[in-house]
Amino acid sequence: MSENKRKIEVSVMADVFARGEKPEYLLWVGSAGAFDDRYKKVTRAFVKILTHLDINFAVLGVEETSSGDIARRTGNEMLFQMQAMMNIETMNSYEVKKIITCDPHAFNTFKNEYPDYDGKYEVIHHTQFLQKLIAEGKLKIEGDLFKDKTLTYHDPCYLGRANGEYNAPREVLDAIPSRKIEMKRNKSNALCCGAGGGQMFKEAEKGNKEVFIERIEDALETGANIVVTACPYCMVMMTDGLKYKNKEEEIKNYDIAELIEKILEL
Amino acid sequence: MINSILFILLWAGAIAFFVWNVKKISRNIKLGKDIDIKDNKKKRWGLVLKVAIGQSKMLGLPVSGILHIFVYAGFILVNIEMLEVMVDGIAGTHRALSFFGFLYPIAISSFEFFALLVIIGCLVFLIRRNVLRLDRFWNPEMKWWPRLDANIILIAEIVLMTSIFFMNASDMILQSRGFGHYEEVGMFFLSSFFIPILKDFSSETLVLIERTCWWLHIVGIMVFLNYIPYSKHFHVFLSFINVYYSKLEPVGKITNMPSITKEVRSMLTGEVPPMDENATEISFGAQDVKQLTWKHLMDSYTCTECGRCTRVCPANITGKKLSPRKIMMDIRDRLEHTGKNLDKHGIDFKDDKTLFDYISAEELWACTTCNACTEACPVNIDQVSSILELRRFIVMEKAAAPGELNAIFSNIENNGAPWQFAQDDRMLWAEELYLNEK
Repeated sequence: MSENKRKIEVSVMADVFARGEKPEYLLWVGSAGAFDDRYKKVTRAFVKILTHLDINFAVLGVEETSSGDIARRTGNEMLFQMQAMMNIETMNSYEVKKIITCDPHAFNTFKNEYPDYDGKYEVIHHTQFLQKLIAEGKLKIEGDLFKDKTLTYHDPCYLGRANGEYNAPREVLDAIPSRKIEMKRNKSNALCCGAGGGQMFKEAEKGNKEVFIERIEDALETGANIVVTACPYCMVMMTDGLKYKNKEEEIKNYDIAELIEKILEL
Repeated sequence: MINSILFILLWAGAIAFFVWNVKKISRNIKLGKDIDIKDNKKKRWGLVLKVAIGQSKMLGLPVSGILHIFVYAGFILVNIEMLEVMVDGIAGTHRALSFFGFLYPIAISSFEFFALLVIIGCLVFLIRRNVLRLDRFWNPEMKWWPRLDANIILIAEIVLMTSIFFMNASDMILQSRGFGHYEEVGMFFLSSFFIPILKDFSSETLVLIERTCWWLHIVGIMVFLNYIPYSKHFHVFLSFINVYYSKLEPVGKITNMPSITKEVRSMLTGEVPPMDENATEISFGAQDVKQLTWKHLMDSYTCTECGRCTRVCPANITGKKLSPRKIMMDIRDRLEHTGKNLDKHGIDFKDDKTLFDYISAEELWACTTCNACTEACPVNIDQVSSILELRRFIVMEKAAAPGELNAIFSNIENNGAPWQFAQDDRMLWAEELYLNEK
């Protein structure tokens, strides 16, 4: 089997639009996806999958800016609405109809909050996108890479409770040959990783424990080898948790997209 | 005759006092900002049926959920018996509905069965609160009054239900002796177990016991009814209404502020918005109860302090000060205080206190907006929404956000990301990206 490496040139909306083309999807990278070293790997993994499947997509590139999720949840409504309206103006100028994102926070804000400012899009979380492709038979997952591994999935609050999406990520995991185990607190009872609502960017209030430690203990209790997440904040927190417990060698923390990237050897 | 008059007068007084108190609570709730919730009537009734009447969310914690259904269903069904009590009390009859014949003892026996369920439920609840001391009943906000309040209610319900058994048992003995107007109406199953305790008493003593229990039951219910508006137990009425007005959108959506939309649009377009004549009292967020909406205030009165929200709150679990239940209790306490001030000093009175004298910034900033609390609340209270209104005030009116957050705000304003990275670097992740093709 000969392996060829193909360089991926990620399409940027402004260039594509200037050529008179309209990509089917806008991929919203998000600030974490663009700047956080760990989450950049998730963005790259997901872009590989999209390219592998010949999905017609583009990103906003340097025109992308914060979705405003953090600003709104920390009470800075003025800043949130500024961000929202600027983003909507940009996206509407490119006649964006469908948005895919790996960030449940951007997903939630676009889907539920942007419509108040005439930003009406079909918003798809990357786990939903992958689930649909698997269900349609367009994405086939084979391989023994995780056959002997046990996976446990941590529900991001803004995908789960906030938007009721508990199944899509689990269905994707079910398509990956591996063992799955649930944490004691899962789905609507899942414990937050501790990063939402602006917590990611400030010291935690005085207490007797960090939330991410409480949550990583749930994951460790399952005996799983891989903690699976689907959110940039959860990724940071769960990784910190594994480090705190000195488990980062034996237990890995991957986004669902990375599992697929790895098993398909993209 | 005198008994009938006394009975009617007592009821008239009890109901009048109750209505007077309910009107006060209703006035207090209406101190909140107006919001229009008139949409999706069908969906809302569906929720009332499922969540309020059907108690669906109570089963999230099965033990207390099932026991609560015992008490709830039992209390409603036992109160059907009140129908007969009312007829007897007003007309001076005794067991007026016994003309139903063989159905009568069956009905009374089944009411007794439910009364027993109520007693069992309340006993277990008392044990859980006072002997097992479940954490959620002993959080710091559960000071002496909230704890006593819960115990008063549980004991009152046990007394009310026990009186039924003694009343019925004495009645049965008197029936068997053919005493006075105690005609044979049949056997009541559960209270017949009480007969051995009472069978050696004289008929006169039994009449006294039977009458005492009858009056105890009636007066007890009147007292209970009028205790409720002073208690967390007001949820027995408000939970149905509060569930009707539930948030129907995905819980992740935060309420929009249209007043800001106008400002932001004018900033972006450079157009000056037309002056709004009614915009005299615009404040961003809330520092006091009047700046919350009536729904936030109704949430606070609906809260029965069960602590299911606090039990699942990630901040609270990890020892932080935030307790979503306390936020609800504080808003209600502040509202009650505001209401009392209005009664005393008139509608325009303002004291020098705000909600921030009850709730600290430390509590508010510990929230991750994860919505575990709203998910857990059996009566669909939206704690996160109240927390957010207070945060909005701190940030936009007082400009007093925690320092780190202010740094994040300026990063977002200046480079469009919470981190200090240049916007021009937003595509660096895509460099040297290769796909393996087989």
